[in-house]
Amino acid sequence: MLRASLREVSAALKEGRVTPTELCQKCLSLIKSTKFLNAYITVAEETALKQAEESEKRYGRGQPLGVLDGIPVAVKDNFNAAGIETTCASKMLKGYISPYNATVVQKLLDQGAVLLGKTNLDEFAMGSGSTDGIFGPVRNPWSYSRQYKEKSVPKSHSQEDEESNWVITGGSSGGSAAAVSSFTCFAALGSDTGGSTRNPAAHCGVVGLKPTYGLISRHGLIPLVNSMDVPGILTRCVDDAAVVLGTLAGHDPKDSTTIQDNFKPFDLPNLTDVSKLSIGIPKEYHAPGLSSEILSLWSKAADLFKNAGAKVIEVSLPHTRYSIVCYHVLCTAEVASNMARFDGLEYGHRSDMNKSTESMYAATRREGFNDVVRGRILSGNYFLLKQNYENYFIKAQKVRRLIANDFVKVFGSGVDILLTPTTLSDAVPYMEFIKEDNRTRSAQDDILTQAANMAGLPAINVPTGLSERGLPVGLQFIGQSFQEKQLLTVAKWFEKQVKFPMIQLEVKRHDHGAFQHQKSASFS
Amino acid sequence: MAAAARGYSGVWRRAWQRAVACNARGGAVLAGKSGLAPWVPVVGLEIHAQISSNSKLFSGSQVQFAAPPNSLVSFFDASLPGTLPVLNRRCVEAAVMTGLALNCSINKKSLFDRKHYFYADLPAGYQITQQRVPIAVNGSLSYSLCIDNKMSQMVTKTVRIKQIQLEQDSGKSLHDDTRSQTLVDLNRAGVGLMEVVMEPDMCCGEEAAAAVRELQLILQTLGSSQAVMADYEIERQIEELENGGTILNETRAFDSKLGCTVPMRDKEGKQDYRFMPEPNLPPLILYDAKSLPANMNHQQVVNIDWIHERLPDLPSVKRAKLVEQYGILPEHSFTLLNEDGLTEFFENVVKQTQMKPKKVIGWILNDLLSYLKQHSLTVEESPVSSVLLADLLNLLEKKEISSTAAKQVLAELWKGEGKTPLEIVKEKKLELIQDQKELEQICQAVIDGQENEVMAIKAGNRKVLNKLIGLVQRETQGRSNPVLVKQLLEKKLSE
Repeated sequence: MLRASLREVSAALKEGRVTPTELCQKCLSLIKSTKFLNAYITVAEETALKQAEESEKRYGRGQPLGVLDGIPVAVKDNFNAAGIETTCASKMLKGYISPYNATVVQKLLDQGAVLLGKTNLDEFAMGSGSTDGIFGPVRNPWSYSRQYKEKSVPKSHSQEDEESNWVITGGSSGGSAAAVSSFTCFAALGSDTGGSTRNPAAHCGVVGLKPTYGLISRHGLIPLVNSMDVPGILTRCVDDAAVVLGTLAGHDPKDSTTIQDNFKPFDLPNLTDVSKLSIGIPKEYHAPGLSSEILSLWSKAADLFKNAGAKVIEVSLPHTRYSIVCYHVLCTAEVASNMARFDGLEYGHRSDMNKSTESMYAATRREGFNDVVRGRILSGNYFLLKQNYENYFIKAQKVRRLIANDFVKVFGSGVDILLTPTTLSDAVPYMEFIKEDNRTRSAQDDILTQAANMAGLPAINVPTGLSERGLPVGLQFIGQSFQEKQLLTVAKWFEKQVKFPMIQLEVKRHDHGAFQHQKSASFS
Repeated sequence: MAAAARGYSGVWRRAWQRAVACNARGGAVLAGKSGLAPWVPVVGLEIHAQISSNSKLFSGSQVQFAAPPNSLVSFFDASLPGTLPVLNRRCVEAAVMTGLALNCSINKKSLFDRKHYFYADLPAGYQITQQRVPIAVNGSLSYSLCIDNKMSQMVTKTVRIKQIQLEQDSGKSLHDDTRSQTLVDLNRAGVGLMEVVMEPDMCCGEEAAAAVRELQLILQTLGSSQAVMADYEIERQIEELENGGTILNETRAFDSKLGCTVPMRDKEGKQDYRFMPEPNLPPLILYDAKSLPANMNHQQVVNIDWIHERLPDLPSVKRAKLVEQYGILPEHSFTLLNEDGLTEFFENVVKQTQMKPKKVIGWILNDLLSYLKQHSLTVEESPVSSVLLADLLNLLEKKEISSTAAKQVLAELWKGEGKTPLEIVKEKKLELIQDQKELEQICQAVIDGQENEVMAIKAGNRKVLNKLIGLVQRETQGRSNPVLVKQLLEKKLSE
């Protein structure tokens, strides 16, 4: 049941084949047995069960609120959820109980969704591995899959080796991706600023949708880069993403950057004829470091479209190579600004240092933020200095415009959708990942996903195949502004063609520290 | 030097300009040893006027004076993470109104920026303001002031308005040194402000004060700000400025990189505010009748022309109307408008009396106003109502009492014992003697008693007549009409 799609389980609820409380309990139980994944920071067991009970009553009356009624979901811990700790995986907000719901959280709850808990992330969403939060790294569920174990675990089957061999989820929405991938929920919210939804989606073998900037409200999403952030949707299939999108999209008076136009939720048609479609392959996305596996998969995908009758052409987005530095300047500048509010005065961590306001501020911020956050604040403030503003910030804004214009030109020339890889390789083992610092990793890993954030365009990761190591690889579709329907329709068609395999998760029971051999139960 | 007065605060900005000396023939010439003219101080001002609105600039929390600390603070005001600003329409309208009243160009597209600094009363670590493109620019403010403290010589001056920008007010912090702590009240954090920036066109504190006063009146008339600022604040600031000469010399900043002198805000010193566009607020677009799209919902937009049509009469217009309608002097109209409620009082008295407004105004400005000032009362608090004053003036007009008597009655009325003017007149026996015969008798008696003076008058010294009149007045205890007395005396003396 837990492996079903959102739509399927919704139907099951409606038909009474399963009840919301049963479903909720199953998910909670699975969360417990997959605790070692460290996907969840907070599990809101009591409130979730209450919500499930309420849902059950509604189904009993034959009055469910909609498709999402009774569906267990999870939300990244940088979204405010009233009454629940919202930490952003940072000491600065540890213990912070938010007094309000983010708009997207409210919308889910209004539809009867059951909020299981808040998922793990890189601190303040800064990172591409979900490894740099105070609650520790998130483990990719595929590390414990039969597929990975068969291909990658070295000959000695000791648990120590398995322990050290686990791979990252990618980030920064790694917790949400892992939660969906390990079947503990049917949909999860992430955030996407430079690829933070699509990247972990690719590594965890799930669908990760980055909507057009301005389509979904950011009210209540603790911001990283206000001009690039969007709430992201993680699900196990494209259709489910469309369902969740339908619930979340639309103007929010509380967010002045959402568009005013009326949004109409849509059902995805089952595309059969792609002959009218024009797929663009941007040559710059054949980036240095792109693994040959992924290159080959990308090529096969292009052929897939071609053979089905679509027009597949090579296009150019010439300013792609400037996107990393451009992103770095704009991102750090906004971070420096957004983090200025964390001073310990009104909420969150406050240092014991109280000699003066200034010393209290300084100590609070030093204690509350990790190196990554502090580093970005320092960089950002540097770029915003009067003497640097013109050369860095303004320049970066101009470059951003050029990057966005690249897309405008390409889409204007008749291309409907762009097809690119999502990541440079499959997920790396944690021990390898941490050999490089956060900044280096982010710069490397964001290269294929950032530009969509710069241009505000919708993009989606669709799990495509397994790598030689038995780990998921995804491909990315980038669409035109507010053309989610077209984007998702094409993604859905592609998903159908590639038939990505389901994860064969083997959940072992681990005790803290001591590794014991126990019966491995591959769950169903 | 920002005043912490409610509703309104000014920051003095003093820039220095080279004076150009004029030679005798009226041409401009550079004087001085080095060929450079001496420095002359000129004064620029930045006024922060709190916008009169129900809610704050970017959040829905209420704007209210003197509420319990931290009782008017929304999540956004407290800078809770994840909250976003939403622009208050009424604040935009207030700024547009003010811009129009100050003859500004209203920017149809203006932008919001973040100005960063750390302070306990600034929860977000930045203030949202308009640094790049403010809502209104290039206006002017005309004001008048008296030269040499004589009410009779008024001169009109103009100060250029550089810009008006919308921005957030900060909270309040109180330093408790005994306990080494700072108490922060965020009620005011996020309240809308209009910062009105005046160019350094004013020469001194007096001009600045007059300009500020006029601006205050305009804002109050528009209703865009209550602009309440106690007079003592204006006085205090003038004094500070006058004493600030040397201080300002030191804080004068020459920015070598920019290659020019920079006017400085005294408090902050050399601070880099790291201005950045506010990413959560799209550009503010205003429309006028021409640019308004056909199908746009009227509720969704701010129409500059619509606001312009509905502007109330500005003080300058009001004053001109008063002068025209009542035949009073321009300087009178200034005083009327400068005092809260005085114009209404004046007009009420005029309505209720036959006395000409030109005469009424004297009583209002000389007698009523000076009394109020002496006792630090507002017009509202006046123990003498417009009805009472009108009654009194009617008695005077009907020549039932002399003007001297009237002043005595007024002095009684100030006591606020509830007596009517007529009652006081009767009580103190202040009625003018109406009986001509009686008057004649008294005149005759005086003439008879002042032989020398009579001779002087008959010899041609008319001035001495005044002494006789004065004596009659004394005899009658002020109850004689001096004009009539003069006539009678003259008649008798010519016999």
